[in-house]
Amino acid sequence: MIEIIDLTKRYGKFTALDSLNLNIGKGSVFGFVGQNGAGKSTTFSILATLLAPTSGSAYVNGYDVQKEPKLVRKQIGYMPDFFGVYDQLKADEYLHFYGASYGIPFAEREKLIPQLLDLVNLSHKRESYVDLLSRGMKQRLCLARCLIHDPEVLILDEPASGLDPRARVEMREILKELKSMGKTILISSHILPELAEMCDTIGIIDQGKLVAQGSVADIQSQLRGERLILVKVHGNAENAISFFEDDPNIFKLSSQEDGVSFQFIYKGTAEEQTELLKRAILNNLAITSFAEAETDLEDVFMEITKGVELT
Amino acid sequence: MKNLVVNPVLNKEFKLRFRSFKSYLGVLFYLLALGLIIVGFIFIESLSNNMQGFFKPEQSRTMFMVLSILQLGLILFITPGLTAGVISSERERQTLNIMLTTTQSSSSIIISKLISSISYLILLIAASLPLYSFVFLFGGISPGQLLTTMGFYLFTILVYGSIGVLFSTLIRKTIVSMVTTYGVTLFLAGGTAFLALIFMQLTNAYGYTGTQPTNPLAYFPAMLNPVIILMSTFEPEMTNEITRSTGIEFPLWMSYLISYTLIFIGAVLLSIKKLRPNMKKG
Repeated sequence: MIEIIDLTKRYGKFTALDSLNLNIGKGSVFGFVGQNGAGKSTTFSILATLLAPTSGSAYVNGYDVQKEPKLVRKQIGYMPDFFGVYDQLKADEYLHFYGASYGIPFAEREKLIPQLLDLVNLSHKRESYVDLLSRGMKQRLCLARCLIHDPEVLILDEPASGLDPRARVEMREILKELKSMGKTILISSHILPELAEMCDTIGIIDQGKLVAQGSVADIQSQLRGERLILVKVHGNAENAISFFEDDPNIFKLSSQEDGVSFQFIYKGTAEEQTELLKRAILNNLAITSFAEAETDLEDVFMEITKGVELT
Repeated sequence: MKNLVVNPVLNKEFKLRFRSFKSYLGVLFYLLALGLIIVGFIFIESLSNNMQGFFKPEQSRTMFMVLSILQLGLILFITPGLTAGVISSERERQTLNIMLTTTQSSSSIIISKLISSISYLILLIAASLPLYSFVFLFGGISPGQLLTTMGFYLFTILVYGSIGVLFSTLIRKTIVSMVTTYGVTLFLAGGTAFLALIFMQLTNAYGYTGTQPTNPLAYFPAMLNPVIILMSTFEPEMTNEITRSTGIEFPLWMSYLISYTLIFIGAVLLSIKKLRPNMKKG
C-alpha cells in the first residue's frame, strides 16, 4: 500500500531523510517514532505530495507521489502535526468545504457529514464555529475531514499532540475504529505507548534513517531484556560507579550532575540484578536508591536503538 | 463555468468575507470617503463662483475626472491589501497544506482566490455607482464614458490583484508580500509617471534641434501607468502630447491593455505553477 524506496530529502547541507526504505501493507497500522527533526514530518509531507524528495521514490497504492500526485491525493487523508481552521466556518461547513474540494456532490455530502461527525463524536457541535471548538474537538474534526473522501490511507502526523488524557483516549478509540474499517494508517505520535496495541509495525527514525523496524512484539521483547537503572548513593558516587562499571551486564553508565546519582542500562536477568544489588551492599556502598527508571516506551526505543539495527 | 460558480474555495471565501462585520464597515467608510469628496468638491466649486452658491454644469465633468482619479487611487491602495495575503495568510494560518492535499487543481485555487478577493473591490465600485449619479445630475459626461471608466477599473483591479496573488504565492510571509506588492503598485502607478515625465523633460531640454524633438523612451513608462491612461481617456489632448513627444503613434491605451494583459497572464500562470512543489523527477 505504501512503498518508500531510498527516499532522500536534503535542505542545502542538511539531510532530513537519508535513503529511507519502508514498506507498509494494506490494512496495517504503522507507528512512526522519532525525536523532533528526525524526519517523520518530512516523510509524511512527501507522501502527502506537499514536498518533493531530492531523490528516491514513494508510492501510495501503486501511484508514484512524484509522477501521479493527483491520484495519490485521492488515496490519502492527511492530518498535519499543526493545522489551522477558518474562523467564520461552522463544523459542518468546514466538512462541506473539504468535501466539495474532493468533488463530492452536495447531496452526498449531506448524508456523509452527519455520519463522520458521529464517528468522531462531534454530532452535537455540527452548528458550532470551528474556532470555538476545543483542541481535542478540532483534532477530531480534522480527522473527520481526512475521511470525507473515504481514502484508503490515513497519514496522521502527531494526531494526539497537545491533547489532554481524556481527549487522547477518545482519539485512540476513533483510531481503533478506523483500523477495524480496514484503513491503512501511518501514524506518528508521542503517545505511541498508548497506541502500541493498535500498531502492527513500528518504525524508529533517527537523523533521517530508519534505525529500527519490526512488530510491536519484536520490539517489546527486545525491551524486556534491558532496563534503565537509576542509582543514588549517600556521599560521593565515584566508588559506586567504579564498582558497577566492572559488571559485564552494565552498559552506558553515566553520572548525573548532582554527583550522588548515576544511571546505566542493565542487560542481565532479574536474578543477576538481585545478585548485583546484594554484592553492592556487601561492598559497603551507601546506596540510598536502586530503581528501574520510569520511562515511556518511546524514550526507551530511542535509547536502545542508538546505532542498533533491529532485524 | 459551472465549476467556477460552485467552486469550493470561492464559496468558502464569499462566506468568510461576508460574514465578517469588517467587510460592511469597509463599504461604509469607502462610500463615506467618496461621498465627502463629492460634497466637498461641489461646496468648494459653489463657493468659488463669486460666492453665488451654485454649481456650473461644466464643472460636472471636472468633478467626474477628480472622482474617477480618486477612485482609481483608492482601488490601487486597496487591491494589494486584499490580494497580497490570500495564499500566504492560508500558509501562516496552517490551512494551506490541507487544502493542497485535496484534489483541487492549483489553477482552481488561484483563480478562485483572485476572484473572491477582487469581488469585494467590485462590490465597492458597484456600491459607489449611485454617487456618480451626482455627475449625471449636472451633465457633461456620457454613459459610455462612465462604462469605459468602470471597465478600466475592472481590468486594472484584475491585473493588480494578480500581482498581489503572485507575491502572496511566492513569499511565505504576508507582511513581506504586502510590502512587495505595494512597492510594485507604487512603481507602476507613480514611478512610471515620474519616469515618463523625466524622459519628456529631457527631450524638451536637450533635444532641441529646430524641429519637434521626440524620445520614444517616455512612451514605455507612460503605457504602464494607469493614472495616465485614465486621464488620457478624459483628455485626448494628453494622448496627442505623448504621441508628439515620443513619436510613437500606437494608441497608449492599447499598449496598456496588451502589457497589462501579459502581466496578468504571467502572474496567474506563475502563481499556479508555484503554488504546489514541483514534484517532477529531475
